[in-house]
Amino acid sequence: MSEVQAVSRRWRRPPVLIRNDFWRRAIYSGALLYLLLAIGTLEVDWQRAYEGLERGARFLQGFLTPDFTSRFDQIQRGMVESVTMTVCSTMVGILISVPIGLGAARNISPLPVYLVCRAIISVSRAFQEIIIAILFVAMFGFGAFAGFVTLSFATIGFLAKLLADDIEEIDPRQAEAVRGTGAGWWQVVNYGVQPQVMPRLIGLSLYRFDINFRESAVIGIVGAGGIGATLNTAMDRYDYSTASAILILIIIFVMLAEYSSGYIRKWIQ
Amino acid sequence: MPVWQTEQGPAWRHRTTTAQWLHWLGWLLAAMAFVFCWQIMTVDTKWFFVKDAPSQAADLFSRAWPPKWSYVNTLWRALWDTINIATLGTLIGVILAVPVAFLAARNTTPSHLVLRPFALFVIVASRSINSLIWALLLVAILGPGILAGIIAIALRSIGFVGKLLYEAIEEIDESQVEAVQATGASRAQVIDYGIVPQVLPAFAGICVFRWDINIRESTILGLVGAGGIGLQLQSSLNTLAWSQVTVIFALILATVIFSEWVSSRVRKNII
Repeated sequence: MSEVQAVSRRWRRPPVLIRNDFWRRAIYSGALLYLLLAIGTLEVDWQRAYEGLERGARFLQGFLTPDFTSRFDQIQRGMVESVTMTVCSTMVGILISVPIGLGAARNISPLPVYLVCRAIISVSRAFQEIIIAILFVAMFGFGAFAGFVTLSFATIGFLAKLLADDIEEIDPRQAEAVRGTGAGWWQVVNYGVQPQVMPRLIGLSLYRFDINFRESAVIGIVGAGGIGATLNTAMDRYDYSTASAILILIIIFVMLAEYSSGYIRKWIQ
Repeated sequence: MPVWQTEQGPAWRHRTTTAQWLHWLGWLLAAMAFVFCWQIMTVDTKWFFVKDAPSQAADLFSRAWPPKWSYVNTLWRALWDTINIATLGTLIGVILAVPVAFLAARNTTPSHLVLRPFALFVIVASRSINSLIWALLLVAILGPGILAGIIAIALRSIGFVGKLLYEAIEEIDESQVEAVQATGASRAQVIDYGIVPQVLPAFAGICVFRWDINIRESTILGLVGAGGIGLQLQSSLNTLAWSQVTVIFALILATVIFSEWVSSRVRKNII
């Protein structure tokens, strides 16, 4: 009797994540099964990986002694290309995504326009930048122009969607009040909608500027220009010191872009 | 709000004259920056190729259509590899990210001067470098294959999961922690009973979210040799077999939509 009481008085911690017994067991054992299968079918050439460690040490050595000078020309060209690509594509992307974003907001645009704009957005969002870059490089040829088109296209999907979602969530009373004064569609958008979404649109644009810079460092791998192309060449030549210099520059630029855009966003809001 | 007194009474305007001029100045500066960057960017552009783009696109499309659907049967193994890269990479990344997040959070870090800046640096470095670049480095070191892909995904995930998790840890309710402390719990017990239950739902959400992104990213890691369906994509691109490329794109799209659906379902159930 006393023992039973002692047992039942002891507090047992309830399961933290999934309360339902059956689902918890099912999900956990399913995960375990998958893990065993996945690891079982893994084909890893451990011999090659082990041999690579020596190369890894060499890479680390190169990383600790970054070499900015001997390939300074290429690094500078790549960096300038990346930055200009980012600036141009962000601006063009914003200019195109504002009308598409307006069209994709159900509360201010008619159904046919809404469907067309939403379709454009989903096409742009479905594939990631690198796949779009492959297609545009095939169309426009190698170089920064293909990268510019890629980043602009990707910006449209991102900005227009978030802008449209934002417009759909505005306070309708303000737009209603403006409409009540006899304003036309343009005036409602200009005086009733725009002031409500502007701070967030600026914030999102700055954030996208950030992302575009990061992506501009990647799409060069498939031939779309920018610092990624320089990095790829350096890696192909086993020139680890230059590669590490490029990586350090990328990290510094990304941090600069992130902090300055965060600062401006805070200042605006 | 600027109001002018005119003979007809007060007149309302959107902006003051100064604000209006500053506004135009801002637009002018933006336009100048754009033209300047455009000039530099297009120095090396071959306009002939750009003008040629519509016919190139038409040509590409005619080659890519109809897709060679029979090719899909050779892709299942690559797809399985892709999913494994994403899942195992997320798993390793999360395991590494948890201690980093606890070191980086202001309220749980053991040392503000040494370990916290170090953890923040790890997070920033991991976040600034795209997983494709991580894969590029790792393929050079470890050789082409699935292992480089897994580690690349893991390294990129540390920053993402670490950042979101340490922000979640900093936003917890301190009174619960104090209550656990008041019972005489040790430091580890405080974390286990006071902090973990509070951040666990957010943590699970972050992990699934990152897994979803990783599925997306692991489909292209093969472009630099890090295994998965990207390898098939690369070889099809190299042989200009665009009808196979269409099939691969369709499969990638289906996978991405599936993973997005799973992650949104799971997150909806947790939060």
